[in-house]
Amino acid sequence: MANALVDAMVNMKEPQAEAVAEKMLKSGEDPLKVLEFCRQAVEIVGKQFEAGKYFLPELILAGEMLKKISKMTKPYLKNEPEIQTKRLGKVVIGTVQGDIHDIGKDIVAFLLDVNGFEVHDLGVDVPESKFVKTIREVQPQVVGMGALLTVAFESLKSTVEAIQTAGLRDRVKIMIGGGGVDEKVRKYSGADAYGEDAMAAVNLSKKWTERRYSQ
Amino acid sequence: MKERWIEVVSEADEKQEARFKTWLSGEGIPFVSPGAEKAYQERVTLLKDAIQLKRTPRRVPICPSAGFFPIQYAGATMHDAMYDYDLLNVAWEKYCCDFTPDAYNAPTTVVPGKVLEILDFKLYRWPGHGVAKDNEYQFVEKEYMKAEEYQDLIDDPTGFFLNIYFPRIFGSLKFFEKLPLFPPMNEITCVPPAVVPFGNKEIRSAFKNLAAAGEETIKWRNAVHHINQSAMGKGYPAFSGGFTKAPFDVIGDSLRGTREVLMDMYRQPDQLIEACERITPFMVKSGIASCKATGHIMPFIPLHKGADGFMSDEQFRTFYWPTLRKLIIGLVNEGIVPQLFAEGNYNQRLEVICDIPKGKTVWWFDLTDMERAKETVGQVACIAGNIPLSLLCTAAPNDVELYCKSLIDMAGKDGGFILSTGAGMQGSKAENVKAMIDFSKQYGKYR
Repeated sequence: MANALVDAMVNMKEPQAEAVAEKMLKSGEDPLKVLEFCRQAVEIVGKQFEAGKYFLPELILAGEMLKKISKMTKPYLKNEPEIQTKRLGKVVIGTVQGDIHDIGKDIVAFLLDVNGFEVHDLGVDVPESKFVKTIREVQPQVVGMGALLTVAFESLKSTVEAIQTAGLRDRVKIMIGGGGVDEKVRKYSGADAYGEDAMAAVNLSKKWTERRYSQ
Repeated sequence: MKERWIEVVSEADEKQEARFKTWLSGEGIPFVSPGAEKAYQERVTLLKDAIQLKRTPRRVPICPSAGFFPIQYAGATMHDAMYDYDLLNVAWEKYCCDFTPDAYNAPTTVVPGKVLEILDFKLYRWPGHGVAKDNEYQFVEKEYMKAEEYQDLIDDPTGFFLNIYFPRIFGSLKFFEKLPLFPPMNEITCVPPAVVPFGNKEIRSAFKNLAAAGEETIKWRNAVHHINQSAMGKGYPAFSGGFTKAPFDVIGDSLRGTREVLMDMYRQPDQLIEACERITPFMVKSGIASCKATGHIMPFIPLHKGADGFMSDEQFRTFYWPTLRKLIIGLVNEGIVPQLFAEGNYNQRLEVICDIPKGKTVWWFDLTDMERAKETVGQVACIAGNIPLSLLCTAAPNDVELYCKSLIDMAGKDGGFILSTGAGMQGSKAENVKAMIDFSKQYGKYR
């Protein structure tokens, strides 16, 4: 039964995954265990992506299945206070000032969420001050900045500088991504790393939060 | 449905030659001097030789994608350029004269802001309307077509656009949702119910808005025509003319949205494929019509959702490529040279896209590995690209020259190559643009 859920999710059988999950919940299976299987499936799908077997559609669909199934578990969790699923860390994310593109940023935020991060999404066209303010309030380990337009290269740079000026630079790791972002832009902006695809953001965040936990 | 655009017709070669001949002749262009006319013809010949793969051009043609760079270079804002057509003229003239590229890009992408205002256009935000005045216009992705609406689109694409899509993306055309279906209007008794909506106050106001938008667009079009005549008259051909899109991108970019269309590959694959097929004739016909309107041979075709990462090779072959290939063949059969601009990375697509007739297309790459592109698709098509924007925006002229050198060595070998940028080059440093063009013109000589 357990493997049936993981298998269905990993093989992109959406209706089947939902049916199996529902059956498990109805037959009295621990909802936390169901969620754990979903998490396992999402992780396997992430690995398949790394291996070049799966692509963006599968990452998103696996995440959507996880979201739907966690919604299904809600009624079964009513006896437990506020269910605190284990979060790997906090990420503050946004598209920098001057750029209103949200396609890539939204996908990254979604994948971070379904891979276990607490995501604070500031939206698009985010001024430096808003990044700084949120970093102070939320105290994330990771800050993600998206940029598609060349005009936003400047905003990446000025936002990193603003975080530096606010004295917060040492407390966060900064990752950037989007259309034309590469190592040159990374260097220019002063960010710690750039990601070539959405999964890179998940991997960078995992790496950075793990390191912090082990310190 | 009738299967079309699978095979290249025997007249394709002849039609292409005829179109090149017209383009090369420069007929109707007010050349400022015999020297300008000669320069124009030499430049078109460079492009023709690079495209046809029949002989090595005299040198590598240098055709950066100007994008909105000329506006910033002229010290103007994007807002000014979208509202002041005279200014557009000044900017484009300055760009051509100062940088002397082998081809310029007609300012048709600098769309008139006033027209967007009249129509209350929702699909993009533009300077002064949602983005700062010195910023470029930007796409607003949403689910403009719902998952359950595929069948309506498949049944009647035109009706779907008129009744459902336009009211969602043009605030001023909201009442188009009341427009009747036209095919039922075929009997005497069907006339009254079909024309009733046209008497409606809101519909009349929507048509009034459309007329006003049309009038304003004519002013802009005349200005753009003047700019084109003036640039060509000084010896610069346009790098492209006309526009169309891959059917999958029509659905994925502007109707469903990225995330939704990727999910549709799993949730309703048959409907997605059928919708792409239904859209294909429109994209072929609009490509042909827009080339006719501009008198150009190369329509610009930006490719989006088929890039690496967005889908697997198998998904690309199933969902994206079949209708894109039909679009390519449909245009090639008319003698047109599709200018396929593959944004992002196309490394995993290089084998599939080789399935095209030789010497009939331009594959313009952004981040793709140009060495592999040359070995694969470069054997059947002219390849173009791919000076990165990150380099032009952040590096020094010397770095740019080094990149151009290795690119020409690699991709320029034996012709079949156009040196260009990986995207519209707004944000680039002027000295880097100059270095790219001047250096490559010298270094790119074949004999």
